[in-house]
Amino acid sequence: MTKLVYFAWVRERIGKPEEEVELPGNVRTVAELARWLAGRGEEYAYAFENPDVVRAAIDKKHVKPDAPVAGAREIAFFPPMTGG
Amino acid sequence: MVVPVIRIQAEDFDAAAEIARLTAGRADVGAVVTFTGLCRDEGGTLAALELEHYPGMAEEELERVAAEALRRWPLTGVTAIHRYGKIAPGGNIVLVVTASAHRTAAFEAGEFLMDYLKTRAPFWKKEHSVDGTSGDWVEAKSDDDKAAQRWAEPRP
Repeated sequence: MTKLVYFAWVRERIGKPEEEVELPGNVRTVAELARWLAGRGEEYAYAFENPDVVRAAIDKKHVKPDAPVAGAREIAFFPPMTGG
Repeated sequence: MVVPVIRIQAEDFDAAAEIARLTAGRADVGAVVTFTGLCRDEGGTLAALELEHYPGMAEEELERVAAEALRRWPLTGVTAIHRYGKIAPGGNIVLVVTASAHRTAAFEAGEFLMDYLKTRAPFWKKEHSVDGTSGDWVEAKSDDDKAAQRWAEPRP
């Protein structure tokens, strides 16, 4: 099982802050995971309607869409950051 | 070896106390630069900002940015404090303090820290309006990306 965590409007659109999922074998990268999630229901489709905007982190480090998800304990999805 | 002071907290911070922490008991510090980011009222329309963060990653990302600043500039001390939760107009959001023997390093490192922090530290702002509506998430500015990109080092 892999822990998925969501922040800001990604969290609001999906309707939960985190969940544990069993990743299908054909989901190899962050981009493929986002695509798979978008097919899980309309709340997910809404969160990932513009997949290029959503950022990701694996085990609390920023990653690009082509990053492999194998071995990840925690994968986060969130909008571009607006701190500072 | 300089150990950065990194804090993610709901409580307010005291810039003067943080400056003192980097200068107390030493005579080699010639320059201290501080930057404080505050919540503004957007012409009277904003009641509060709500800052969400990614616990754990926020600390780690500030540690990484501070370590990079220490690698690039001869600093004697570096502090980054970022608040989360609801912050009213006039309230503090973020503090960066850099100390060095000379001002150039302190100024440049402070600007670098803020530019990098804005595009890399996992914080998100939501606006609450004075009319009671819980408003929109603040959108990231492309200017912030440009500001961070100017610190990119040429490839070796």
